[in-house]
Amino acid sequence: MPKRAWWARLWLAGVVLAPLLAACGGGGDALVVYSGRNENLVRPLLDRFEGETGIDLEVKYGDTSELLPTILEEGGNSPADVFFSQDAGALGELATRGDLRPLPAEVLEVVPERFRDPDGRWVGVTGRARVIAYNTDKVPVDRLPASVLEVTGPAWKDKVGYPPTNASFIAFVTSLRETVGEERTRAFLEGLKSNGAKRYDNNIQTLDAVAAGEVELGLVNHYYLYNEFKERPGAPVANFYPGQEPGGEGTLINVAGAGILATSGKVEQAERFVRFLLEQSSQEYFRDETTEYPLRQGVDAIPELPPLDGLRTIPIPLSQLGRDLEGTVRLLREVGLS
Amino acid sequence: MRAAPAAHRRPPAALALAGAAVACAMALPLAYLLLRASGADDALGLVATDRARRLVTTTVALGAVATAAAVVLGAGIAWLVERTDLPARRALGLAAVLPLVVPSYVGALALKAAFGPAGLVAEVPGLLGFPGAAAALALSSFPYVLLLARAALAGADPALEEAARSLGDRGLALARRQLVPLLRPAVAAGGLLVFLYVLSDFGAVSILQVDTVTRGIFLEYRSLTADRAPAAVLGVVLVALTLGAIVAERAVRGRPAPARAVAGVAPPRPVRLGPWRWPAAAAVVAVVAAGIGVPVAVVVYWAAVGSSRGAAGSILASAATTSVGLSAAAALAAVAAAVPVAVLAVRHRSRFSRAVEAVSVSGYALPGLVIALSLVFFSARYLRPLYQTLALIVVAYVVRFLPEALGSVRSSLVQVDPAVEEAARSLGRRPLAVAATVTLPLVRRGLLAGGALVFLTAMKELPATLLLRPPGVDTLAVRVWTGAAEGLYAQAAPPALLLVAVSALVLWPLRTAAR
Repeated sequence: MPKRAWWARLWLAGVVLAPLLAACGGGGDALVVYSGRNENLVRPLLDRFEGETGIDLEVKYGDTSELLPTILEEGGNSPADVFFSQDAGALGELATRGDLRPLPAEVLEVVPERFRDPDGRWVGVTGRARVIAYNTDKVPVDRLPASVLEVTGPAWKDKVGYPPTNASFIAFVTSLRETVGEERTRAFLEGLKSNGAKRYDNNIQTLDAVAAGEVELGLVNHYYLYNEFKERPGAPVANFYPGQEPGGEGTLINVAGAGILATSGKVEQAERFVRFLLEQSSQEYFRDETTEYPLRQGVDAIPELPPLDGLRTIPIPLSQLGRDLEGTVRLLREVGLS
Repeated sequence: MRAAPAAHRRPPAALALAGAAVACAMALPLAYLLLRASGADDALGLVATDRARRLVTTTVALGAVATAAAVVLGAGIAWLVERTDLPARRALGLAAVLPLVVPSYVGALALKAAFGPAGLVAEVPGLLGFPGAAAALALSSFPYVLLLARAALAGADPALEEAARSLGDRGLALARRQLVPLLRPAVAAGGLLVFLYVLSDFGAVSILQVDTVTRGIFLEYRSLTADRAPAAVLGVVLVALTLGAIVAERAVRGRPAPARAVAGVAPPRPVRLGPWRWPAAAAVVAVVAAGIGVPVAVVVYWAAVGSSRGAAGSILASAATTSVGLSAAAALAAVAAAVPVAVLAVRHRSRFSRAVEAVSVSGYALPGLVIALSLVFFSARYLRPLYQTLALIVVAYVVRFLPEALGSVRSSLVQVDPAVEEAARSLGRRPLAVAATVTLPLVRRGLLAGGALVFLTAMKELPATLLLRPPGVDTLAVRVWTGAAEGLYAQAAPPALLLVAVSALVLWPLRTAAR
């Protein structure tokens, strides 16, 4: 009996201590990346980075809208070295607060000017267009709304889905405030709510709901469609790019991008990481696996997508998305959507 | 319980200190949350919005409906199993506890996949939202009521019921005079557990789109801004709701049941169900099927047909190790923390020990998300070295689940006659030696049951883990959640199955300890 108790104790100690030791042993030397891109999309690429460079990564995956406040809460000694954001607005907010350090020119120049910070503190890695995803069984093409603003009409009562806490959606609301003004944006958001639009936690759930027929339209980014097809071949969903008619208002082209925290003590490795994201092969990875628009000049998107240069874009520089993030969040809260 | 003079002895300084330390650690999250919420510019203004009112109304309604359903299921099955000639009642009684190992979010996902829009089985209109969430929550929590109700029925003196019957009480009259008073404390306690489960649930309500206070807090937390006051204020609202539920339970529980507790006596003659025997068994089977059969079947289906890249085995293995390690550490730490509090409460009763005990069970009033939020705030500012470590997750689990361990440890200690310890001491053993050689073997089962209960709930824990996990660390629960949140059900399936399997193994010592 005493012998058995001894073994049990040893076993328990092992079970308890092993993960703790593993966690402690892993810390310290690794480059810490806060990734607002989800693990399934970027993990294979980050694994390749570790293999190629020998730099260990420690990645905190989460929603961009959760990681940004985390960095702000952590303040001066945030463990994060790199913020890989799903949205230019979150990067802009950090840049405005002086929390990002400038990137080297040779990293920035790979990407067209409109997809990076004018002051060089963050750089876009991939582009994503705001679209209206629709259920092709339920919505004929000629019934699609010409503009996103029309989905608050009676024709779409209870038939629209959207992810109100998603950083890309919040960026879209910011872009609305900048283009059509505060009052019309508020009216639009209140319209969504009173029109029975359904709220989802993220783009994927929204698109799943469109595919399942739970809703008919979804306000999402373009590239989730192709992942949906991988998971559910033949799903009755398609993307509609609003505002593309001649003279149309265009749609928001946001970026997923990266910036290096001013507090990082591993600037060299961090720069290496950002450079890696923009390398030809990484950009091809994003093109094929996430079906976003590669931003490195010379790498084209997959043929199913309308070419980036041909898309009509709303006339707002991306750096403006981070100028008044608080204002957008306040508006969402006041309307009761956050 | 005998009020032995030993019960009021002054505690040794080390014991008092240990108890006080535990109480202080438990009180920290609530204290810091209050501090943070009171720092809000307009805390009252944040509470008095239409939205906050709606969140509270929805939460209370969901809690009430799910609790009512869980009480009907739990008490009903307990009665069928303990008091009737239900076919296969032993097996059914065991199977009915199994839904406890299905986390609410897995149940909700399965419900949605099976009966939601374009569902695998059938589309039940209106299932998404409130009705679905109430069903998922009731199904994954009714075993709490079942376990407590069965214990109450099994422990009751059958002579009372026999006497009532011999005096001509039948049917409803028997139920009213015997069963209701007998079950009332158990149902009240079980109902409270279910209600608190609903209040702190994050997974099911998120999947089924019901805006409860907990979901509201989470959405506030990830709202892209550094302004955390609204989340903290909503956290305080949730604590207030929880305290309200605890007070309500006290009122419902009433005085202790008139029945004498006995052991080792044959149960009363089973009630003959007659033509209802098989329909009743079918109903129990249906509940068990809905509670664990459907979730497991859906998860297996995903694992088989989903095309999303499954996580590499190594990722799954490391998540499983982390889950088991964290839960085991939490179980050990919770039992270790519960011991001094229980000893103080049982052997050294005083105002001080009552206060220590009250503060230590305050984790009941603190939903996981609130504890995590408070620990994030606190550690990010004042406890840097602990911030984003596994240790902090263990702290959160212990704060949250200490009451479970304490209940178990306390009740097993109550059953140890202090006279036995006195005798050992009078024979010259030192107090610590007495504790190790006399008391410990007698309360071992209670410690084990408490530890198992903490382990089980820690394995399923989601919101606090999501907020507190360090970079690169996953638990099984987190893997299920992230996979499902991204619609990659095939990826969520293996960790979900593993989670259910490991939890089911741990249910075993719990089952034997419960009887």
